[in-house]
Amino acid sequence: MSEQQVRDFHEQHDLAPGDEEEVRVGPRLIGYVIGLGLSILLTATSFFVAGTDLVWQPSIPVALSVLAIAQMGVHIVFFLHITTGPDNTNNVLALAFGVLIVFLVVAGSVWIMHHMNQNMAPMEQIMQMH
Amino acid sequence: MTDATLSYAAHGDPHHLRGLQEGPLGHEGPAPKRIVTAYGFWIFLLSDIVMFSCFFAAYAVLLRQTAGGPSGSELFDLRSVAAETAFLLLSSFTCGLAMIAADVRDARRYQIGMAVTCVLGLGFLTLEAREFADLVARGAGPTRSAFLSAFFTLVGCHGLHVSIGILWLLTMMAQVYAKGFRADVCRRLLCFALFWHALDIIWVGIFSVVYLLGSAT
Repeated sequence: MSEQQVRDFHEQHDLAPGDEEEVRVGPRLIGYVIGLGLSILLTATSFFVAGTDLVWQPSIPVALSVLAIAQMGVHIVFFLHITTGPDNTNNVLALAFGVLIVFLVVAGSVWIMHHMNQNMAPMEQIMQMH
Repeated sequence: MTDATLSYAAHGDPHHLRGLQEGPLGHEGPAPKRIVTAYGFWIFLLSDIVMFSCFFAAYAVLLRQTAGGPSGSELFDLRSVAAETAFLLLSSFTCGLAMIAADVRDARRYQIGMAVTCVLGLGFLTLEAREFADLVARGAGPTRSAFLSAFFTLVGCHGLHVSIGILWLLTMMAQVYAKGFRADVCRRLLCFALFWHALDIIWVGIFSVVYLLGSAT
Protein backbone atom coordinates (compact mmCIF):
# COMPACT_ATOMS: atom_id res chain seq x y z
CA MET A 1 0.00 0.00 0.00
CA SER A 2 1.24 3.52 -0.74
CA GLU A 3 1.14 6.13 1.99
CA GLN A 4 -1.97 7.69 0.43
CA GLN A 5 -3.77 4.34 0.38
CA VAL A 6 -2.77 3.68 3.99
CA ARG A 7 -4.07 7.11 4.98
CA ASP A 8 -7.43 6.55 3.21
CA PHE A 9 -7.69 3.14 4.85
CA HIS A 10 -7.12 4.60 8.30
CA GLU A 11 -9.54 7.46 7.84
CA GLN A 12 -12.40 5.06 7.26
CA HIS A 13 -11.71 2.43 9.91
CA ASP A 14 -10.50 1.71 13.42
CA LEU A 15 -6.83 0.98 13.91
CA ALA A 16 -5.60 -2.60 14.19
CA PRO A 17 -3.50 -3.15 17.32
CA GLY A 18 0.12 -2.53 16.32
CA ASP A 19 -0.83 -0.16 13.48
CA GLU A 20 0.03 3.52 13.84
CA GLU A 21 -2.04 6.57 13.01
CA GLU A 22 1.17 8.11 11.67
CA VAL A 23 2.06 6.72 8.24
CA ARG A 24 5.11 8.86 7.33
CA VAL A 25 8.41 7.03 7.78
CA GLY A 26 10.34 9.88 9.48
CA PRO A 27 8.00 10.44 12.45
CA ARG A 28 7.55 6.68 12.88
CA LEU A 29 11.34 6.23 13.11
CA ILE A 30 11.52 9.04 15.67
CA GLY A 31 8.76 7.32 17.68
CA TYR A 32 10.76 4.08 17.88
CA VAL A 33 13.96 5.99 18.80
CA ILE A 34 12.13 7.86 21.60
CA GLY A 35 10.69 4.56 22.87
CA LEU A 36 14.14 2.93 22.85
CA GLY A 37 15.71 5.93 24.63
CA LEU A 38 13.07 6.01 27.37
CA SER A 39 13.32 2.23 27.84
CA ILE A 40 17.10 2.36 28.19
CA LEU A 41 16.77 5.20 30.70
CA LEU A 42 14.18 3.35 32.81
CA THR A 43 16.08 0.02 32.64
CA ALA A 44 19.34 1.69 33.68
CA THR A 45 17.54 3.40 36.58
CA SER A 46 16.07 0.04 37.72
CA PHE A 47 19.46 -1.67 37.74
CA PHE A 48 21.04 1.35 39.49
CA VAL A 49 18.33 1.50 42.19
CA ALA A 50 18.58 -2.26 42.85
CA GLY A 51 22.34 -2.19 43.37
CA THR A 52 22.90 1.06 45.27
CA ASP A 53 23.15 1.97 48.95
CA LEU A 54 22.27 5.60 48.23
CA VAL A 55 18.52 4.95 48.36
CA TRP A 56 16.50 4.21 51.50
CA GLN A 57 16.40 0.40 51.33
CA PRO A 58 12.68 -0.27 52.15
CA SER A 59 11.64 1.99 49.26
CA ILE A 60 13.45 -0.16 46.68
CA PRO A 61 10.62 -2.67 45.93
CA VAL A 62 8.14 0.18 45.37
CA ALA A 63 10.63 2.08 43.20
CA LEU A 64 11.33 -1.03 41.08
CA SER A 65 7.58 -1.70 40.62
CA VAL A 66 6.92 1.89 39.55
CA LEU A 67 9.85 1.84 37.11
CA ALA A 68 8.68 -1.50 35.65
CA ILE A 69 5.10 -0.27 35.14
CA ALA A 70 6.40 2.95 33.57
CA GLN A 71 8.56 0.97 31.15
CA MET A 72 5.67 -1.32 30.21
CA GLY A 73 3.67 1.84 29.45
CA VAL A 74 6.48 3.14 27.24
CA HIS A 75 6.56 -0.16 25.32
CA ILE A 76 2.78 -0.20 24.87
CA VAL A 77 2.66 3.36 23.52
CA PHE A 78 5.84 3.54 21.41
CA PHE A 79 6.23 -0.09 20.23
CA LEU A 80 2.72 -1.60 20.31
CA HIS A 81 1.04 1.74 19.43
CA ILE A 82 -1.89 1.12 21.80
CA THR A 83 -2.79 4.75 22.49
CA THR A 84 -5.80 6.72 23.68
CA GLY A 85 -6.66 7.82 20.13
CA PRO A 86 -10.33 7.67 19.04
CA ASP A 87 -9.68 4.76 16.63
CA ASN A 88 -8.01 2.71 19.35
CA THR A 89 -10.88 2.28 21.83
CA ASN A 90 -11.38 -1.49 21.32
CA ASN A 91 -7.69 -2.22 21.78
CA VAL A 92 -7.47 -0.09 24.94
CA LEU A 93 -10.58 -1.70 26.45
CA ALA A 94 -9.22 -5.21 25.82
CA LEU A 95 -5.94 -4.13 27.42
CA ALA A 96 -7.79 -2.64 30.42
CA PHE A 97 -9.60 -5.95 30.99
CA GLY A 98 -6.30 -7.84 30.76
CA VAL A 99 -4.67 -5.50 33.27
CA LEU A 100 -7.62 -5.97 35.64
CA ILE A 101 -7.24 -9.78 35.59
CA VAL A 102 -3.46 -9.56 36.00
CA PHE A 103 -3.90 -7.24 38.99
CA LEU A 104 -6.51 -9.52 40.62
CA VAL A 105 -4.38 -12.65 40.16
CA VAL A 106 -1.08 -11.19 41.38
CA ALA A 107 -2.29 -8.87 44.17
CA GLY A 108 -4.92 -11.39 45.34
CA SER A 109 -2.41 -14.27 45.55
CA VAL A 110 0.20 -12.22 47.39
CA TRP A 111 -2.40 -10.79 49.80
CA ILE A 112 -4.04 -14.14 50.67
CA MET A 113 -0.78 -16.05 51.02
CA HIS A 114 0.71 -13.31 53.21
CA HIS A 115 -2.25 -13.58 55.61
CA MET A 116 -2.04 -17.38 55.63
CA ASN A 117 1.65 -17.25 56.50
CA GLN A 118 0.85 -14.88 59.37
CA ASN A 119 -2.20 -16.66 60.79
CA MET A 120 -1.35 -20.34 60.40
CA ALA A 121 0.95 -22.29 62.68
CA PRO A 122 4.28 -23.27 61.08
CA MET A 123 4.21 -26.61 59.28
CA GLU A 124 6.43 -28.34 61.88
CA GLN A 125 3.83 -27.66 64.63
CA ILE A 126 0.96 -28.96 62.49
CA MET A 127 2.90 -32.17 61.86
CA GLN A 128 3.47 -32.65 65.61
CA MET A 129 -0.27 -32.30 66.37
CA HIS A 130 -1.06 -35.54 64.53
CA MET B 1 -44.35 -7.30 3.63
CA THR B 2 -41.36 -5.08 4.27
CA ASP B 3 -40.25 -7.28 7.18
CA ALA B 4 -40.44 -10.40 5.02
CA THR B 5 -38.35 -8.74 2.33
CA LEU B 6 -35.75 -7.59 4.85
CA SER B 7 -35.43 -10.99 6.51
CA TYR B 8 -35.05 -12.59 3.11
CA ALA B 9 -32.34 -10.11 2.19
CA ALA B 10 -30.56 -10.72 5.49
CA HIS B 11 -30.74 -14.47 4.91
CA GLY B 12 -29.24 -14.20 1.44
CA ASP B 13 -26.52 -11.82 2.57
CA PRO B 14 -25.71 -12.70 6.17
CA HIS B 15 -22.57 -10.56 6.34
CA HIS B 16 -24.16 -7.53 4.62
CA LEU B 17 -21.48 -7.60 1.97
CA ARG B 18 -23.70 -5.70 -0.47
CA GLY B 19 -23.83 -2.80 1.95
CA LEU B 20 -20.02 -2.82 2.10
CA GLN B 21 -19.66 -2.62 -1.66
CA GLU B 22 -22.12 0.20 -2.11
CA GLY B 23 -19.72 2.86 -0.90
CA PRO B 24 -21.32 5.56 1.27
CA LEU B 25 -22.35 3.05 3.94
CA GLY B 26 -19.12 1.07 3.51
CA HIS B 27 -17.66 1.77 6.92
CA GLU B 28 -20.70 0.27 8.65
CA GLY B 29 -19.99 -3.22 7.31
CA PRO B 30 -17.68 -5.78 8.89
CA ALA B 31 -14.25 -4.47 9.82
CA PRO B 32 -11.40 -5.12 7.36
CA LYS B 33 -9.60 -8.43 7.74
CA ARG B 34 -6.37 -6.73 8.91
CA ILE B 35 -8.20 -5.30 11.94
CA VAL B 36 -10.13 -8.50 12.72
CA THR B 37 -6.95 -10.62 12.57
CA ALA B 38 -4.79 -8.26 14.61
CA TYR B 39 -7.53 -7.70 17.18
CA GLY B 40 -8.02 -11.45 17.64
CA PHE B 41 -4.27 -11.87 18.07
CA TRP B 42 -4.24 -8.99 20.57
CA ILE B 43 -6.87 -10.86 22.64
CA PHE B 44 -4.68 -13.99 22.50
CA LEU B 45 -1.64 -11.98 23.66
CA LEU B 46 -3.61 -10.59 26.59
CA SER B 47 -4.64 -14.11 27.60
CA ASP B 48 -0.98 -15.12 27.33
CA ILE B 49 -0.09 -12.23 29.65
CA VAL B 50 -2.78 -13.42 32.10
CA MET B 51 -1.12 -16.86 32.05
CA PHE B 52 2.25 -15.25 32.83
CA SER B 53 0.64 -13.29 35.67
CA CYS B 54 -0.18 -16.65 37.35
CA PHE B 55 3.49 -17.66 37.15
CA PHE B 56 4.46 -14.23 38.51
CA ALA B 57 2.02 -14.70 41.42
CA ALA B 58 3.47 -18.18 42.14
CA TYR B 59 7.00 -16.73 42.13
CA ALA B 60 6.05 -13.84 44.44
CA VAL B 61 4.39 -16.25 46.90
CA LEU B 62 7.25 -18.81 46.85
CA LEU B 63 10.13 -16.29 46.86
CA ARG B 64 11.25 -17.14 50.42
CA GLN B 65 10.46 -20.89 50.31
CA THR B 66 14.03 -21.93 49.60
CA ALA B 67 13.93 -25.16 51.71
CA GLY B 68 17.37 -24.36 53.10
CA GLY B 69 18.75 -24.02 49.57
CA PRO B 70 20.31 -20.99 47.90
CA SER B 71 18.27 -17.77 47.63
CA GLY B 72 18.07 -15.39 44.70
CA SER B 73 20.75 -13.02 45.95
CA GLU B 74 23.26 -15.90 46.04
CA LEU B 75 22.35 -17.20 42.57
CA PHE B 76 21.60 -14.34 40.19
CA ASP B 77 24.32 -12.75 38.05
CA LEU B 78 22.91 -9.28 37.36
CA ARG B 79 25.50 -8.47 34.66
CA SER B 80 24.26 -11.38 32.58
CA VAL B 81 20.66 -10.24 33.16
CA ALA B 82 21.56 -6.70 32.04
CA ALA B 83 23.06 -8.12 28.82
CA GLU B 84 19.92 -10.23 28.21
CA THR B 85 17.77 -7.12 28.75
CA ALA B 86 19.86 -5.13 26.28
CA PHE B 87 19.59 -7.89 23.64
CA LEU B 88 15.80 -8.14 23.94
CA LEU B 89 15.24 -4.37 24.05
CA LEU B 90 17.38 -3.77 20.96
CA SER B 91 15.68 -6.67 19.15
CA SER B 92 12.31 -5.02 19.83
CA PHE B 93 13.67 -1.81 18.29
CA THR B 94 15.06 -3.53 15.16
CA CYS B 95 11.77 -5.45 14.82
CA GLY B 96 9.99 -2.08 14.73
CA LEU B 97 12.41 -0.83 12.05
CA ALA B 98 11.77 -3.99 10.00
CA MET B 99 8.01 -3.32 10.22
CA ILE B 100 8.49 0.23 8.90
CA ALA B 101 10.53 -1.22 6.01
CA ALA B 102 7.74 -3.75 5.37
CA ASP B 103 5.11 -0.98 5.29
CA VAL B 104 7.03 0.90 2.59
CA ARG B 105 7.71 -2.40 0.76
CA ASP B 106 11.50 -2.21 1.11
CA ALA B 107 12.36 -5.93 1.04
CA ARG B 108 16.13 -5.51 1.51
CA ARG B 109 15.90 -3.34 4.66
CA TYR B 110 13.11 -5.58 5.97
CA GLN B 111 15.27 -8.70 5.66
CA ILE B 112 18.26 -6.92 7.29
CA GLY B 113 16.09 -5.71 10.19
CA MET B 114 14.59 -9.17 10.74
CA ALA B 115 18.04 -10.82 10.54
CA VAL B 116 19.42 -8.44 13.20
CA THR B 117 16.34 -9.12 15.35
CA CYS B 118 16.97 -12.86 14.97
CA VAL B 119 20.66 -12.56 15.96
CA LEU B 120 19.77 -10.47 19.04
CA GLY B 121 17.06 -12.97 20.02
CA LEU B 122 19.52 -15.86 19.66
CA GLY B 123 22.03 -13.93 21.80
CA PHE B 124 19.35 -13.61 24.49
CA LEU B 125 18.57 -17.35 24.34
CA THR B 126 22.28 -18.27 24.51
CA LEU B 127 22.79 -16.20 27.67
CA GLU B 128 19.66 -17.67 29.26
CA ALA B 129 20.66 -21.26 28.39
CA ARG B 130 24.12 -20.63 29.88
CA GLU B 131 22.54 -19.25 33.06
CA PHE B 132 20.21 -22.26 33.41
CA ALA B 133 23.06 -24.74 32.79
CA ASP B 134 25.20 -22.91 35.37
CA LEU B 135 22.41 -23.05 37.99
CA VAL B 136 21.80 -26.77 37.44
CA ALA B 137 25.54 -27.47 37.62
CA ARG B 138 25.69 -25.70 41.00
CA GLY B 139 22.94 -27.96 42.36
CA ALA B 140 20.25 -25.25 42.07
CA GLY B 141 18.03 -26.97 39.52
CA PRO B 142 14.22 -26.73 39.43
CA THR B 143 13.90 -29.66 41.85
CA ARG B 144 15.94 -28.03 44.65
CA SER B 145 13.22 -25.84 46.23
CA ALA B 146 9.78 -24.34 45.62
CA PHE B 147 11.49 -21.01 44.94
CA LEU B 148 13.64 -22.51 42.18
CA SER B 149 10.67 -24.43 40.69
CA ALA B 150 8.77 -21.14 40.37
CA PHE B 151 11.85 -19.41 38.96
CA PHE B 152 12.51 -22.02 36.25
CA THR B 153 8.80 -22.20 35.30
CA LEU B 154 8.43 -18.44 34.87
CA VAL B 155 11.74 -17.66 33.16
CA GLY B 156 11.72 -20.92 31.18
CA CYS B 157 8.22 -20.22 29.88
CA HIS B 158 9.38 -16.82 28.64
CA GLY B 159 12.43 -18.43 27.03
CA LEU B 160 10.14 -20.94 25.30
CA HIS B 161 8.07 -18.04 23.92
CA VAL B 162 11.24 -16.37 22.59
CA SER B 163 12.29 -19.66 20.91
CA ILE B 164 8.89 -19.97 19.23
CA GLY B 165 9.12 -16.28 18.25
CA ILE B 166 12.46 -16.90 16.51
CA LEU B 167 11.00 -19.83 14.54
CA TRP B 168 8.10 -17.55 13.54
CA LEU B 169 10.57 -14.78 12.61
CA LEU B 170 12.52 -17.09 10.28
CA THR B 171 9.22 -18.26 8.73
CA MET B 172 8.22 -14.65 8.06
CA MET B 173 11.61 -13.90 6.44
CA ALA B 174 11.12 -16.91 4.16
CA GLN B 175 7.49 -16.01 3.35
CA VAL B 176 8.35 -12.45 2.36
CA TYR B 177 11.27 -13.77 0.30
CA ALA B 178 9.09 -16.32 -1.48
CA LYS B 179 5.72 -14.54 -1.74
CA GLY B 180 6.52 -10.84 -1.36
CA PHE B 181 4.43 -8.39 0.67
CA ARG B 182 1.04 -10.01 0.00
CA ALA B 183 -1.89 -8.91 2.17
CA ASP B 184 -2.02 -12.19 4.12
CA VAL B 185 1.76 -12.14 4.68
CA CYS B 186 1.48 -8.56 5.95
CA ARG B 187 -1.23 -9.57 8.44
CA ARG B 188 1.06 -12.30 9.80
CA LEU B 189 3.86 -9.73 10.05
CA LEU B 190 1.63 -7.42 12.09
CA CYS B 191 0.82 -10.30 14.47
CA PHE B 192 4.49 -11.28 14.71
CA ALA B 193 5.46 -7.70 15.64
CA LEU B 194 2.78 -7.65 18.36
CA PHE B 195 4.05 -11.00 19.70
CA TRP B 196 7.71 -9.90 19.77
CA HIS B 197 6.95 -6.57 21.51
CA ALA B 198 4.71 -8.35 24.05
CA LEU B 199 7.62 -10.71 24.90
CA ASP B 200 9.73 -7.66 25.68
CA ILE B 201 7.00 -6.29 27.99
CA ILE B 202 6.93 -9.61 29.89
CA TRP B 203 10.73 -9.52 30.14
CA VAL B 204 10.47 -6.06 31.78
CA GLY B 205 8.35 -7.72 34.48
CA ILE B 206 10.81 -10.62 34.79
CA PHE B 207 13.99 -8.59 35.21
CA SER B 208 12.28 -6.22 37.66
CA VAL B 209 10.40 -8.74 39.81
CA VAL B 210 12.43 -11.94 39.45
CA TYR B 211 16.00 -10.72 39.23
CA LEU B 212 16.19 -7.24 40.81
CA LEU B 213 13.58 -7.77 43.57
CA GLY B 214 14.65 -11.43 43.98
CA SER B 215 18.28 -10.51 44.59
CA ALA B 216 17.32 -7.58 46.86
CA THR B 217 15.53 -9.85 49.36
